[in-house]
Amino acid sequence: MRYLPLTEADRRAMLDAIGVRSVDDLFRDVPDAARRSGPVEGLPDHMGELEVERALGAMAAKNVPAGSVPSFLGGGAYRHHIPAAVDHLIQRGEFLTAYTPYQPEISQGTLQVLFEFQTQVALLTGMDVANASMYDGATACAEAVMMANRLTRRRKAILSGGLHPHYRDTTTTDARFIGFETVVLPPAPTGGEDIAALVDDGTACVVVQNPDVFGHVRDYTELADLCRARGALLIVVVTEAVSLGLLTPPGDMGADIVAAEGQSLGNPTGFGGPYVGLFAVKDKYVRQMPGRLCGQTVDADGRRGFVLTLSTREQHIRREKATSNICTNSGLCALAFSIHLSLLGEDGFRHLARLNHARAVRLADRLAGVPGVAVLNDAFFNEFTVRLTKPAAAVVDTLAGRGVLAGVPVSRLFAGEHEDLLLVAATETTTDSDMDALANGLAEVLR
Amino acid sequence: MTMNAQGRPTAAFAGESAGGEETVTGNRGLRIEEPLIFEQDSPGMTGVDLPAVPDAPLRLGTVRPRGRIGLPGLAEPQVVRHYTRLSQKNYAIDTGLYPLGSCTMKHNPRLNEKMARLPGFADLHPLQPQATVQGALELMDTLAHWLKTLTGMPAVTLAPAAGAHGEMCGMMAIRAALEHRGEGGRTRVLVPESAHGTNPATAAALGFTVDPVPGAPDGRVDAAALKAKLGSDVAGIMLTNPNTCGLFERDIRSIADAVHEAGAYFYCDGANFNAIVGRVRPADLGIDAMHINLHKTFSTPHGGGGPGSGPVVFSESLAPFVPVPFVVHGPDGLRLVEHAGGPDAGTAFGRMKAFHGQMGMFVRALAYILSHGADGLWQASGDAVLNANYVMARLGDVMTPSFDGPCMHECLFDDRFLKGTGVTTLDIAKALIDEGFHPMTMYFPLVVHGALLIEPTETESRAGLDQFVDTLRALAERARAGDAAAWFQAAPRLTPRRRLDETTAARKPVLRWKEGEGRAGP
Ligand SMILES: Cc1ncc(COP(=O)(O)O)c(C=O)c1O
Repeated sequence: MRYLPLTEADRRAMLDAIGVRSVDDLFRDVPDAARRSGPVEGLPDHMGELEVERALGAMAAKNVPAGSVPSFLGGGAYRHHIPAAVDHLIQRGEFLTAYTPYQPEISQGTLQVLFEFQTQVALLTGMDVANASMYDGATACAEAVMMANRLTRRRKAILSGGLHPHYRDTTTTDARFIGFETVVLPPAPTGGEDIAALVDDGTACVVVQNPDVFGHVRDYTELADLCRARGALLIVVVTEAVSLGLLTPPGDMGADIVAAEGQSLGNPTGFGGPYVGLFAVKDKYVRQMPGRLCGQTVDADGRRGFVLTLSTREQHIRREKATSNICTNSGLCALAFSIHLSLLGEDGFRHLARLNHARAVRLADRLAGVPGVAVLNDAFFNEFTVRLTKPAAAVVDTLAGRGVLAGVPVSRLFAGEHEDLLLVAATETTTDSDMDALANGLAEVLR
Repeated sequence: MTMNAQGRPTAAFAGESAGGEETVTGNRGLRIEEPLIFEQDSPGMTGVDLPAVPDAPLRLGTVRPRGRIGLPGLAEPQVVRHYTRLSQKNYAIDTGLYPLGSCTMKHNPRLNEKMARLPGFADLHPLQPQATVQGALELMDTLAHWLKTLTGMPAVTLAPAAGAHGEMCGMMAIRAALEHRGEGGRTRVLVPESAHGTNPATAAALGFTVDPVPGAPDGRVDAAALKAKLGSDVAGIMLTNPNTCGLFERDIRSIADAVHEAGAYFYCDGANFNAIVGRVRPADLGIDAMHINLHKTFSTPHGGGGPGSGPVVFSESLAPFVPVPFVVHGPDGLRLVEHAGGPDAGTAFGRMKAFHGQMGMFVRALAYILSHGADGLWQASGDAVLNANYVMARLGDVMTPSFDGPCMHECLFDDRFLKGTGVTTLDIAKALIDEGFHPMTMYFPLVVHGALLIEPTETESRAGLDQFVDTLRALAERARAGDAAAWFQAAPRLTPRRRLDETTAARKPVLRWKEGEGRAGP
């Protein structure tokens, strides 16, 4: 077996050194009834690289990669072009095969990356500080709500109908078992909702999304003021990180906590994971944050260095009093995010955001001219909702058969609701001929 | 400079004086000082060329386009160099033995990386029509089959993003099952004192009262104490097996029986499944739920702190509550059930995260599993246990093993061998760093004093282990020879940075770079 360096002679000599006859003797604490005398039956034996490549290659070949056809899928995961240097750098073994930086003297690489990542996330969101990552945007959202509960000592969260349903469900699942109240507004695909009216003295937080799941771009400044007046926290969710290159950031609107998905930068859509949750807060809330934090300090010689810090919030120190149970997070995805953003830089990132918006504007105008299609959004970033004269899921299936991934049927996200609505996204990867393919396809199918 | 008691320069003296030699740049040969990326700003520069943006009005409604963000601009060569230099300040499995107990730092095969990057996996959108992702669902289904077969358990969820997330998922399923039985009032969870911090943190987050169970003198949980704590208010136990002392819980069957008799559930922390994979099926131990860290047992890379993946296997009694999404076989092939409360989701308790789990990790784990096969996994767990016992046997006379008898995949020492030397577990760890090794896990588990937990894994050669053992022996002997405390406390000397001031870091947190604040320190 190519990954196991011990020879039979090694094993023999080692058993002798230990003073046992066989490896099985080392398993003597396992109850007899559970101790097997040989490999588990019914499973194949080992394979060489070539055979594994064939087996997995055959599975991969049954899929239609989004990049191989015109694709307009969004809904919380966005296909962007990832510069070649990103994947090259994250595959350096010193990054890829290191553990969490528990020994700072030999982990300054990872630690400096985390410090830079935290800074980038804080800048993008317009917040004071960010942590070293969460699993994904949805879990970041749920953790943000729990943090708000701790900070306000209240136990009610109001979730906007514009919140991504997976984020909503992740949060309400926590609510059910952890024991806090959620008020969930119905989806409002065509426009606003009166969330402000629901905020009362028992409200720990209000969770809104920008752009919302239907693509609407919103200004939450007034809502932030109202929340502050009532002692509730405003949590702003962002599922498309590239939008932060164009829109007023949540921090400038008055958000207390930002929970975002960072996949768009550096990470492939990858059938849903692994992604990277971004978590940013105002300074005063730092000590109630979940997850790891990297901080700057000096070494014994007075030189600048970095360490994991404020770990008295974390499970390995605080155990049952920890702010969260999170341990392993999304280190390598955070690195990919960070490298992509470093490559883009200030000008490149803003340019990328404008380009995404421009592509979506063009697509919206193109689709608005298709009979049977109505664009619902006046304001959007790179994704918007259209109303079709036929059920969207069936239209999407038909067009998939013709080699166009037309978007995300709203009913896929909202369990059968709003069957006539389709979410359509455009990014810098969307070409004019892709748009033609979608417009023509829709025109035919809706005829 | 450091002298020993005789005034003779110690071995590290040479290194230290070399380190003390000034260079113009502050660099030391291959060891290069790398500023923050923010300190390398070349305004207007970018490493990505994009097509021009047409000059059309924005469609942002009342939201204003944002102003300057404050990101630095660099060209691609500078960026590549920045991250390459940073990478060189990291220790990694690729560079050496990484015996971090409980963390399972085994070799990460590159085939797995190659497979995960096939466009047929990496370039799939999670919300594509399911007819276009049948191969991806087949991969999930195949991995699920392996995990169920290797554990003997009837159900699995692939959704959780890491071990701790799996614990959360398993304990939620237990709560859901209790509520379903009308026994939601069970509020106590028994957790051994040796447990990983995530166990009590998970139970407490879910509103359970954590009731600690003491250990027995043999390093196992005190089964009698545990059984005595069982009662009608106990929801379950969270037991790690093999446990965090690297020992198999011999009484696990009788514990499971007692737990079930009391109407409670048995959650097993499966972080150490790598010790027994392919040799012992958790189902045969009476477990109701167990997470498997794909990033430990099945070698998906740790990436400097993730991503991970923490599938949870379930017994018959908990299987109905498995969260969404999951894959089912239907007339048109495989299908994902995505909505809890939906017609085909049964009593699924909810959702753990967005989309369908850590697909990229599933591909890597399955590549690892297929590479090993049933026979290779048998060999791998055997070698992992053999390596750990070999290390323990070779160190037993100079260090103090905490418990008698064979260990599983990791061996635990405490700091009795350092008594009276002034040298601590931390000092030994830092001295190992100068010798070119990553230290073992320190001060965990909490049940022995000054713990040193060594997990070599099966991917280390005997020669590699011998070198590590010889080094550790020499350090232990040096510590015990006396008057070595100052020398140890000055370690590490040969690293890009020496010991860091963690107290100040926590007291006056600097968690980000800020424009205009310049750089701290030289
Ligand atoms: C025994 C044990 N349990 C749980 C965990 C948590 O797993 P993860 O880091 O994947 O969340 C760990 C990881 O360090 C562990 O060693």
